[in-house]
Amino acid sequence: MCLGIPMQIREIDGNLAKAVLSGTTRLVYLDVLDEEARVGDYVIVHAGFAIHKIDEREARETLDLFKEAGFLSPDSETHTGHEVR
Amino acid sequence: MKYVDEYRNPHRIQHLVAQIGKTSDKPVKLMEVCGTHTVTIFRNGIKDLLPGHITLISGPGCPVCVTSIEGIDRAIALAQKNGIIIATFGDLLRVPGSQTSLLKQRSEGADIRVVYSAYDAFHLAQQYKDRQVVFLGIGFETTAPTIAAVIRHAEEARIDNFSVLSLHKLLPPALRALVQCPELQIDGFICPGHVSTIIGTKPYIPLAHEFGVPCVIAGFEPVDVLQAIAMLVRQIEHGKARVEIQYRRAVSSHGNSKARAMMEEVFEPCDSVWRGFGSLPGSGLKIASRYAAFDAERRFDVSALNGPEPPGCLCGEILRGLKQPPDCSLFRRVCTPESPVGACMVSSEGTCAAYYKYAT
Repeated sequence: MCLGIPMQIREIDGNLAKAVLSGTTRLVYLDVLDEEARVGDYVIVHAGFAIHKIDEREARETLDLFKEAGFLSPDSETHTGHEVR
Repeated sequence: MKYVDEYRNPHRIQHLVAQIGKTSDKPVKLMEVCGTHTVTIFRNGIKDLLPGHITLISGPGCPVCVTSIEGIDRAIALAQKNGIIIATFGDLLRVPGSQTSLLKQRSEGADIRVVYSAYDAFHLAQQYKDRQVVFLGIGFETTAPTIAAVIRHAEEARIDNFSVLSLHKLLPPALRALVQCPELQIDGFICPGHVSTIIGTKPYIPLAHEFGVPCVIAGFEPVDVLQAIAMLVRQIEHGKARVEIQYRRAVSSHGNSKARAMMEEVFEPCDSVWRGFGSLPGSGLKIASRYAAFDAERRFDVSALNGPEPPGCLCGEILRGLKQPPDCSLFRRVCTPESPVGACMVSSEGTCAAYYKYAT
C-alpha cells in the first residue's frame, strides 16, 4: 500500500508531470514534492504523486559501500540489467 | 531499471548474508513493520537465506489489514446510499465487513470505482456534477499528504460534490504499542521506507532511546532489506539502539516537511481503532474543521454497526507479531485469497496473503 516506484520525469506542466518506468508513461502530480523537479530527475511515485526526488549521490554511496568492502568487481556492475533512459 | 536492478544484485545479496552471519550469533527477533517489506522478504526467500538465529516477524504496516471492521462497515454504509459514487484504492474492495464487502455491494448495484490516485476521485466529481463522490481515504503517512493535497485543490476549485471518509492511520503510535507489549520482545525494527520519506527519523527516536529498540529505515529491494538487517544486527551486537537510515536515496532525517505541512493543515490526529490493537491514542487522522465541507462523516450519516471480528480469525494477533498465519485454524482451509475471512488475506501486502503465496 505504501508502494513507491522510481520513475523518471520526461515532461512537466505546472503540478503535473509525465514520468516513465520501463517504457510505461504515467501522469504524476508534483503537489507534495518538497524540491523543484526537473526533466530527467528520478522521483519516488506513490499513488500518483511524486513524494521524493531520488538523491543520486546517496544512492551511489549506498552501493559504494560494497566496493569499499572489496566484494564487487567493476564487471559485476554490468550484469544488473537495463536502465530506463 | 535504474534504482531497482542494482538493489537486486545477487553478489550483493550473498555478501550481505555472509556479513550478517559474521557479525553476530546472538538470537535476534526483528520485525519488518511494512507490508511491502513482508512481500520483498517472501518473494526473495530472505528468511531462508538468513542464518537460523535471526527471526523475522511481520508487523502492522498494511493499512487495509489494520482498518477496523467498523471502519470497513462505515465505507460500506456510504456505498449503500443512493446516488453516491465511491472511489477507492482497489485493495479495500474485498475486505469483509461485519455483514458484506464493497465488492459484494458493487455486484448488487452500488457505484464503486477503483482509482489509482485521489486526484482520479476528484476528476470523477468534476465529471459527475449531479452526484456525490466519496473517496475512501486509507493509508499511512505516505498516502495522507496526497489526499490532503487533493482536498485543498477541491477547496480552491470550489467543488461541492467531493468528500473523503478518513480512515488514515499513523504508524509511530502502533510501534510504541508494540514495544510495550511484554509477550513480544522485539530486538529491532526494520522501519517503513516510504512512511519515513514523509516523517523522517524523529518519530522513531523514542523507540530507540526510551525503549532501547534499534530502528533502521529500509528500502524495498532485497539488498535494501538485507543491508538494514546487517545494520540492525551490528547495532544489537554492539549494544547500541539508534535510528539509522539504510534507504538514503529516498529518506532524509528531516523527511518531507512540505507533505507534512499539508497533512497537518487538512487533518488532525484522533484516537483510532486498529484491528488487533484496539484504540490507540492519537493514531488516526480526521479532517480538520476548516475542511469540514470535505468530510464525508459530517456530510452523510455514516453510523455503522460495531461488528465483531470473524470467529477463529487470528488477524489481530498476526498484526501484532504474536502469531504466524499457520497458527490460524482458518488459514488455507477456510481462509484463502479467493475467499478471505480476515483482512490479512485480502491485501497482497497482508502477512497471510504473502504466506499463502510464497511460503511452503
